[in-house]
Amino acid sequence: MKLTDYEKAMYDGEYGRAKARAMDLLLRYGEALGAERLVETNNVAGAFNASTPSVQPIAQKGMEHVYSELNLDSDEVVDVPHMVAHTCQLITGIDNDNWELQGVDKSLVDMQRENEKFLGRRGVNMFATCTPYQVGNVPVKGEHCAWMESSAVIYCNSVLGARTNVEGKESTGAAALTGRIPYWGFHITENRRGTHLVELDIEVDDMMDWGLLGYYIGEVIGEDIPVLKGTSRQPDLVKLKHFGAAAASSGGVEMYHIPGITPEADTIEEAFGGRKMKGMFRYGAAERRETYEKLQSATEKKVDFIMLGCPHNSIDQVALIAHLLEDRKIHPDVQLWVHTPRAIKQVAERNGYLDVIREAGGVVMSDTCPAISRRLPQGTRVIATDSAKQAHYLPAITGVQGWFGSVSDCVDAALTGQWNGRA
Amino acid sequence: MDIATEAKPETIVFKGRKVVGGRAEGEALVTSETISGWGGINERTGTVIERRHEMRGVSFAGKILVFPGAKGSSGWSAYFHMTRLNGVQPQAMIFTRMTTKIALGAVVTRVPAITELDRDPLSVIETGDWVVVDADAGTVTVTKKKPA
Repeated sequence: MKLTDYEKAMYDGEYGRAKARAMDLLLRYGEALGAERLVETNNVAGAFNASTPSVQPIAQKGMEHVYSELNLDSDEVVDVPHMVAHTCQLITGIDNDNWELQGVDKSLVDMQRENEKFLGRRGVNMFATCTPYQVGNVPVKGEHCAWMESSAVIYCNSVLGARTNVEGKESTGAAALTGRIPYWGFHITENRRGTHLVELDIEVDDMMDWGLLGYYIGEVIGEDIPVLKGTSRQPDLVKLKHFGAAAASSGGVEMYHIPGITPEADTIEEAFGGRKMKGMFRYGAAERRETYEKLQSATEKKVDFIMLGCPHNSIDQVALIAHLLEDRKIHPDVQLWVHTPRAIKQVAERNGYLDVIREAGGVVMSDTCPAISRRLPQGTRVIATDSAKQAHYLPAITGVQGWFGSVSDCVDAALTGQWNGRA
Repeated sequence: MDIATEAKPETIVFKGRKVVGGRAEGEALVTSETISGWGGINERTGTVIERRHEMRGVSFAGKILVFPGAKGSSGWSAYFHMTRLNGVQPQAMIFTRMTTKIALGAVVTRVPAITELDRDPLSVIETGDWVVVDADAGTVTVTKKKPA
């Protein structure tokens, strides 16, 4: 790879050992990719947190050890200086307030808090959400970013028109300290054009519709770039947040175009930008039905746990849940957890939504989710969720049975203890 | 190609591009399906856990993993990184589709890795074949297992 003089100096250790190790990782990574150079970035969203038992033996030696091993892939333990790029922490494994409900050991909570102090002083902003774009990190079109979290990456590329690949814990750790990331993949204009056309034969409207469409597209497209044709209703943040998360779970979709809606293409022609179309799919009632069935991994109608808010809920989603729960009580055998970024939780508190949800028997969680934490209420056997991503991952990770459906079907299950969802 | 013609008939040599340098040999574990890291594997055992995956329940620990590449969450590299810390990483990776997940994952797993092979490894290599990966030389040498 070609390095600038400044990058060479960082690599040679002229700016300290941490940047030298960071450059070493970026070089190994860039060469693995076949990248020709690095690109400057001033927007990093990564996973710096120490919140799992596997990190504990490393954290006991000190937080420099955690950053060196897990964020830089460095055997040499380096002192970690202040981040040079604007950097935020994505979702973590522990809710700092509700950790007892999660069943988290106090020693892990202490570790996370100590780690947050370490990171906070060094400029890692504690958004603690999978949706940084909901709480103040909204990149501008064309901005080069280094983001993790597949659902955030697809949103960043597609809805915002900023540029990022799916980065990892180590590459974001290195990018935050150097302001560099390999110039490869979605940083390059030609790689952002559409590859497949997906023609919609049915109307895609509510959040569940968009989740199903996303899950279908991920399965058929894999890692390519779909271009949607035939969307008749204007989507919003909530719908595209769910759509992208689903497409990035069943497949590896990191970018899509909805001509006229997403910022890099006004027309289908522009979305393909002269690239030869690799294929075409039609999405109709049969595909929707089949996708809905694929997302169901449960057989028992009696549910124990309702998970809402993956990706983390917007304030409107929290408001809707509060509205559906107003003056009602959830079933005594059921637990309901609603997940939203901490910053949005503050607004929800102020609006009175949290009181409504609490009075109904639900819990509002932040900082984490059950798939990331691998923690569910004790004894959970059957879950229901309004998230295609959570329905995809939770049964695999925790061995539970999973129902997928609309938010109202999920709230209904919370109230009755029974799954009665409909496609 | 010299090596291929001189070698025994059951031996096949591929040429490819180094992703991570080094040499390793062992038994192949082949899947035609991409693998998820976070949410797709158990990093303590090296076992695939994804629902509906053809390799569900199978461990890649100590194997030469032959697969199309990575999919799913950006936790891919972190989870394969942990398989190395837990000593259950594959011995080498041979894959066909380059992505940031697989590139970074291979780098931090610190095992020889190779891609862009001159023949499709997924259709030639079978689970149980003996495979030598020399990533620095850019070669993969496959000795077919004897029929049972």
